[in-house]
Amino acid sequence: MSSSHGHHHDHHDHDHDHDHDHDHAHPHSPPAPDDADQYDRYEVLLQTALRELLDEKGIITADALHRQIDYQDSLTPAIGGKIVAKAWLDPVFKKKLLADPLKTINESFELDITTPLDLVVLENTPTVHNVVVCTLCSCYPRMLLGIPPAWYKSIDYRSRIVVEPRKVLAEFGTHLPDDVEVRVSDSTADLRFLVLPYQPAGTEGFSEAQLAALVTRDSMIGTSLPLSAASTSAHAQK
Amino acid sequence: MNAIEPRPGHALPAGTPVVIRKQPPEIHCRTPFYLRGAVGEIAEVRGCFRDPSLLAFHKPGLPMRVLYRVRFKQKDVWPEYSGGPNDTVVADIFEHWLDPIDGVKKV
Repeated sequence: MSSSHGHHHDHHDHDHDHDHDHDHAHPHSPPAPDDADQYDRYEVLLQTALRELLDEKGIITADALHRQIDYQDSLTPAIGGKIVAKAWLDPVFKKKLLADPLKTINESFELDITTPLDLVVLENTPTVHNVVVCTLCSCYPRMLLGIPPAWYKSIDYRSRIVVEPRKVLAEFGTHLPDDVEVRVSDSTADLRFLVLPYQPAGTEGFSEAQLAALVTRDSMIGTSLPLSAASTSAHAQK
Repeated sequence: MNAIEPRPGHALPAGTPVVIRKQPPEIHCRTPFYLRGAVGEIAEVRGCFRDPSLLAFHKPGLPMRVLYRVRFKQKDVWPEYSGGPNDTVVADIFEHWLDPIDGVKKV
C-alpha cells in the first residue's frame, strides 16, 4: 500500500467501483473501518499463500500461529485500565510509570511483558489532551490494549486525525475547550504510546476497581474521555 | 528499554528548532510525507535505535540513529488549520531526517 504517504493518498490510492461518498457522507459518526471489499482480493490471497508456505516449509507451523493468535486475543484493554486506575490513586506509582513505563508495569502487576519497542505514557492534564495515531500503518500498544479497533487502522482515521483532530474527536463525542492543547502523537517509529487520561471529577474516594471501570480503551488512545463518575453510579443502580 | 544513550555531542537538545528534510524517501521510510519541510522543535531525545529503513531489508540497521520526538504547531504544518491555537502534532523522527535551524551545538 502507498499509505506511507499519509493523507496525500487518502482517497486516491485504490479504485472505488461503488458510488457512495467516503468523504463527508456521515459527518456525525466516528471514523469507519475501511471497506472489507478493499482487501478481499490481493491481500487475502497474499496472506493465505504466505501462511501456507511458512507452514509447508516448517518455518512457522500452523500450531504456533494459532497459539500466537490466541495470545494476541487474550490481551485486552483491561490491563491498561488497571494501570491508569493505579496511577490515579498512587502518585509515587504515577511518577515511576511516566519515567520508566514498562519496568514499572511489569514490577507492579507481576507481568512479564517483553517488547523490542519502547513504551511511552502520555499524561493528560487540564491543559493538554493527547491522542495517538499511526499515520504510516497501525502501530498500537498491543501489549497493554490488545488488538487495535478496526477504525484505528482505517485510512479515514489515520489521514484525518492529524489534519482536523478536533472534528474527529467531536465524532467520538469528545469536545474540548479551545485553549486546551490537543496534542496528536504520530507513532512513526520505535515508540508505542499509552494515554494516561485525566481523572474524572467526582471520583475521589473510588476504589481502584471502581476507577478501572471508568477507563475505556478509547480513553487510552485519546479519542474519548474516561466515563464520568455519574455514569457508573447510574449503571450500578440498574 | 531498547534504546541506548547517544554518545556525548551526538544529539540535539530539547528545544532546538529543526526542519524536516525534503529528501527522496527510502523504500521503508518512517518520516510521514506531510511533515517533510515542516518546522518544529525537538521535544525529547529518545535515544539511539537501529535504523528501521535498513532492518526492513534484513540488514543490521547500523549505524544506530538518534530518535527524537519532534513537536510541531498545527498552524506550521497546515496553514489553514482551524482548531485550537495551542494544538500540536508530535512525531518520532530519526536524526538523518532533520536539520537544526540555528546551527545549535549537539550535546
